Amino acid sequence: MRAAVVAEYRKLVSTRLWWVLLIALVGYLAFVGGVLTFSIVFSPDDPDTAMPSGAEAAAGVYGLVNAIGYVFPLVIGSLMITTEFRYQTITQSLLVEPRRTVLLGGKLAVAVPLGLLYGAVGMTALVAVSAPLLALKGDGAFLTDPDVLAVILLGVVVTALWTVIGVGFGSVLPNQVAAVVVLLAFTQFVEPIARVALGAFDATSSVARFLPGAAADGLIGASLIGEMSGGSSELLPRWAALLVLLGYAAVLALVGRMTTLRRDIG
Amino acid sequence: MRDAPTLAVEGLGKTFGAVRAVDDLTFSVRPGAVTGFLGPNGAGKTTTLRMLLGLTRPSQGRALVGDRTYAEQPVPASLVGAALEASSFHPGRSGIGHLEVFAGQAGADRARCRELIEFVGLGHAAQRRVGGYSMGMRQRLGLATALLADPPAIVLDEPANGLDPEGIRWMRGLLRAFAAEGRTVLVSSHVLSEVQHTVDDVVIIARGRLVHASSLAELSALAAPQAYVESPTADALARLCGDRGWTARPDGAGLVVADVPAAEIGAAAYAGGIELHQLASRGVGLEDVFLQLTEGGAR
Repeated sequence: MRAAVVAEYRKLVSTRLWWVLLIALVGYLAFVGGVLTFSIVFSPDDPDTAMPSGAEAAAGVYGLVNAIGYVFPLVIGSLMITTEFRYQTITQSLLVEPRRTVLLGGKLAVAVPLGLLYGAVGMTALVAVSAPLLALKGDGAFLTDPDVLAVILLGVVVTALWTVIGVGFGSVLPNQVAAVVVLLAFTQFVEPIARVALGAFDATSSVARFLPGAAADGLIGASLIGEMSGGSSELLPRWAALLVLLGYAAVLALVGRMTTLRRDIG
Repeated sequence: MRDAPTLAVEGLGKTFGAVRAVDDLTFSVRPGAVTGFLGPNGAGKTTTLRMLLGLTRPSQGRALVGDRTYAEQPVPASLVGAALEASSFHPGRSGIGHLEVFAGQAGADRARCRELIEFVGLGHAAQRRVGGYSMGMRQRLGLATALLADPPAIVLDEPANGLDPEGIRWMRGLLRAFAAEGRTVLVSSHVLSEVQHTVDDVVIIARGRLVHASSLAELSALAAPQAYVESPTADALARLCGDRGWTARPDGAGLVVADVPAAEIGAAAYAGGIELHQLASRGVGLEDVFLQLTEGGAR
């Protein structure tokens, strides 16, 4: 198992992908985080708008590492598997390690530190841009507030979970182009629309909390999207949210193991 | 080096949908020799090798490395080094990076990777990304990957593809040396002449079925001698062939006589007072035998 983890680590760092995507994540979070923070702190004090304020605003902004950044760890996680199928390196991988569960386990294990790195770097970029803005004009950056610190810490943790879920997803859908398209479509359109639509009705609003993005918001305990749309959508408690996310990861990895990784290779 | 294992295929079969890609195949590959695994494209060679290496699950029968299947071996890559035809590389990874990725699980260290990339003649391109490698360079990198663990058994799928003549000569020498060291060497090819000078044994398949397995010498025995003969009095020569009941077909300015040694033709022409300008043995028609065998199997 140790050798499998080392192999996965080397697969990752021997190509440029991991740092190209990391730079993209940093740029994206810094830009969108900056723009959103700017619009919050410089919005006119109109009681009719639902702009968050105080620690809630800070938590919401720092939570963007999940709310808008989660597509990045999902994509890199899925690429850890789909790249092997795209370039047929899966053949060589299975020659040196025929135990397919070990192969998948190695990828899942490496996804954790990789995701923590993405989370830590992404969060640093986000805080570096938005905290000065919050401190300058808003109610403060709240970087010592325990609730806000929890958001920052869990924002890093949840990014690692997304990376693991990405690996599981890649094992279910090993076609690289299809996997990236589905991830983009799901994170950018399907889930946001589903959250709003399900959240609009009392009968379905509790279901919306179990969507992966909503569960992740529950884990970090902040949802800028939720707050700005009137705070109507409730979030899961942290422990339940964690279980839901781990459940997604486990089910996807299991399905991938039973389908893609059971098939003949070549 | 561990003891070289015998590779054994026993009643192996693979069905893809309605197609029987491999059908009741049985043969074995001994240590200390180079075995050519031959057959036309689509005969089932790669599928057989993939079943031997645990990548594809057999529909019937089994393939063994030593006393168990490849996947059941504790560290299979240290026992069998393999390079498959479709063995592919991430274009963004350097040659040396590719070796280092798989080295750990094969039980090799970084120094071994460095040594191998020099050994296969890619030292100058070690840091270059594989996307820029030629087909021949990829073949060499694939071979280096197979040799990571210095394995006692080596399986190569169409290793000559894309190699230049110098590379092919180098590969032949290498395979001979491996066999001389007592390793088990299995090499597939769709052209007999490509491996004719390298192999000790041949296993020939067509349409997924075994059509011939023997030493190369036994295969050669199936081949008939041929001779090329040219005479300024072509009519007299043709009459001679007719009188003797030889089968001759025109070839350029002369005739190719089948199943008759050159010496016998020379003697007959001398006795008949026929002037000859050329008389040459045309090596045994091994390729013809191969084609007959594989076409026969296809019917």
